[in-house]
Formats: sequence, structure tokens, C-alpha cells
Amino acid sequence: MGRGPVGAPAIIRYVNNSLASVDDVSGINDSMVLIKTLTASSSATLSFVNGTSDVVFDGTYPIYLFKFINMHPNGNAKQFKFQVDTGTNTSYNQTLTTSTFTAYHNEDDDSTSLGYNDVDHAQGTGFQHLSISTGNDNDQTVSGTLHLYDPSNTTFVKHFLARSSTYTANDHCYDLYVGGYFNTTTALTRVQFKYDGDTIDAGVIKMYGVS
Amino acid sequence: MAIKVANNQSLTAITALPSAVSGGAMTLLSTQTASSSSTISFTSGIDSTYDEYVFKFYDLNPATDDKKFQFNLSADGGSNYNVTKTTTFFSAYHDESDSATNLGYRTGNDLAQGTGVQFFTDSAGNGSDESAAGELHLFAPSSTTFVKHFYSRTSTYYTSNYAFDVFVAGYANTTSAVNAVQFSVESGGNFDGVIKMYGVA
Repeated sequence: MGRGPVGAPAIIRYVNNSLASVDDVSGINDSMVLIKTLTASSSATLSFVNGTSDVVFDGTYPIYLFKFINMHPNGNAKQFKFQVDTGTNTSYNQTLTTSTFTAYHNEDDDSTSLGYNDVDHAQGTGFQHLSISTGNDNDQTVSGTLHLYDPSNTTFVKHFLARSSTYTANDHCYDLYVGGYFNTTTALTRVQFKYDGDTIDAGVIKMYGVS
Repeated sequence: MAIKVANNQSLTAITALPSAVSGGAMTLLSTQTASSSSTISFTSGIDSTYDEYVFKFYDLNPATDDKKFQFNLSADGGSNYNVTKTTTFFSAYHDESDSATNLGYRTGNDLAQGTGVQFFTDSAGNGSDESAAGELHLFAPSSTTFVKHFYSRTSTYYTSNYAFDVFVAGYANTTSAVNAVQFSVESGGNFDGVIKMYGVA
């Protein structure tokens, strides 16, 4: 570990067992970096907008990962959904085509299923389901993950994959899978989550960049 | 205080980094290796520090042929693994002789407000090269307001030479904090393998 040029600040200073004045260390496993955490409190929407409130949603990372944890709706039997937009647009109405399937099982043990679930889009512009009829009992929520691939690409469409576990209004557990793409070659700049026709009473969404 | 020197490209006695240095969002908390073990339990480190815990397991090999791997949750630090759960279980499979394929729900492997173990693989063989691998995600286990969602996906080398892709999801139907997780093999058998627990910031 060499000494810096005369008059230059020390490269590394050892202070109370910590390294001071270091803002980058190569070799540390930071392939998944927490970018932003949003916490809902009777929120109409939660939005991650590139360049706003420390959010990075551009070509910095090829993959962005969202973890939504215990999203609790204000009203009963509500659909937790997401959409994206480009530039400075705030309509959140990008064209998408998706496939969706679910497995479910109820607490009374008299209903199970695995099959295609028609909460998909075929060149639609609406929000995409990330839950099935989330209940609003005090302990009912949905949790899951959403991967969004290469959103800043200007050549290809923007693929995404999601999986969630929902405690539904009628006491089922739903395992929901969503796959698809936003059919645009314009770079995405923002992602918005909401409960359809309702507010998000509580919940946390974390956004990560994946190298 | 002496300036620390590089020691085989590492810095000794450093216990903290400046906040500007990112250490990554996923932290390995514990690794346990099963060796003819009947259970592997994680009884510490599951708390409010992280909103999500991920268990990655590989080379899970049962001592007895044709056994499923299973897990359960505890709300009392591991004294009792009996948290109520409602779950789904489905799988896709294909055999090595290319004569059988399937995708379907498996009613015998789910739970409806059950307190017993939850299977997360299909019946693994005990051949020297047969095993199961995959991961389990557990969300916000320390919440005292909401149920605890989880889901897993695993690949099993099935006892009669099938590839099984198993999907499990559900929730622990309790508002008590879940603070321990135990892995085992059905019928009280022993097993080998590695299970790692990560916290996701």
C-alpha cells in the first residue's frame, strides 16, 4: 500500500478499525444493490422515477429487481398492479403482452387449482396484476418479486418476470406467475405500483439494481 | 494507531467500511452442512434486520431412497416447529427415458391451516449422484401485524430417474414473529447437503 504523491491526501486512513475516505472498493460483492425503499401509508401509488429521490432506473444496471413486501390494501379483494412509462410521461400506459398462471389452495382445504389465469394483457395498456384479490383483513397482504430486464434498451422490447404469494379476501393462498414484455423500443424511465381503485394502506417496495 | 498493511490482498483488523461503500444487498448470514443429519435448524439471525430471508440449498441427498425434503417454521426460537400454514404445491416432471411428462397440482403435498412440515421437493433418490437443490424465500418474518409469505422452487433428481421442478408457495398464518426455520427429510431420516441463509437488505 503505497504513499500518495507529496501533498496529496492519504489513500487510506485507518481510524478506529474503519477505513475513512474510501468510496469504492473493488472486489466486494455488490452485484445486487439496494437503490430505493418506498413505504406505503394510505398511498394512492408508489412510483420509482429515474433521477428523482435518488432513484436510478437507466442503463446503469441491466436488470432491476423490485421486492414488494406485505402490500396491504385499504379495501377488500383488491388487485395489486404495476405499469411503466417513458421519458417524462406520467400516464403509465405502455403497451404490454403477458401470460399469467396461478396455483391456489384455500384454508378450508376444499379447493385447489393450477392453471392459466386470465389476468393477462394482449397489447393492452393497463396495469398488470401482481396479486389476486388481496384481502384487507389486518393480517392479509401480498408479497413477491418483479424482475425488469434492460429497461433502457432502445432496440428491444422490455421483458419482465414476476412471482407473488397472496392471502386473498376469501382465504386462499395464490401463487401467481407473470411473464411478458412492454412492447416498446423506447427506454423506460419509471415504474408505478398501486392497488386498482384503492389505496395502499401499508407495505414496502424495495428497488435493486443487478449487475 | 498503526496503518494496516495489505496482507495477501486483504486488509486485516478492519471491521467497518465507510457508508459510501456498498457491500451489496444480499448478505450471507449462515452456512450449515448436513452430514447424516436428521435436521438443520436456523435459530438465530432471523429478525427484523432484513425484510426477506433466502435459503439456498444444494446437494441434498437423503440417506434413505425415495424421500421428500421438508421445512417448518417456529415462533418460539426453535422450541416448537408448528406454525400454521396454508400452501400450494405444483410440479413439472420429465423422466430420463423420455416417456413421461406432466405439469399439475399435487393435493397431497400442500397444507390447509396445517401445522406440520411442508414438503419443498419431490421424492429424491439416495443414489450417490442423486440430490435436490433450490431456494426458499421468506418475507418479513418478524412482522407482528401480517402473515408471513414464502415461496420456493426446487429441482429434484427423483428416485426413479425423473427431473422434478417443484413450486411451493403460501403463508404462515400467524401474526407472531417467525424466528426459526428447520429443514429435514420425511419419516425422520437423515440427509447430507448444504443450506445457506441470506438476508436481503
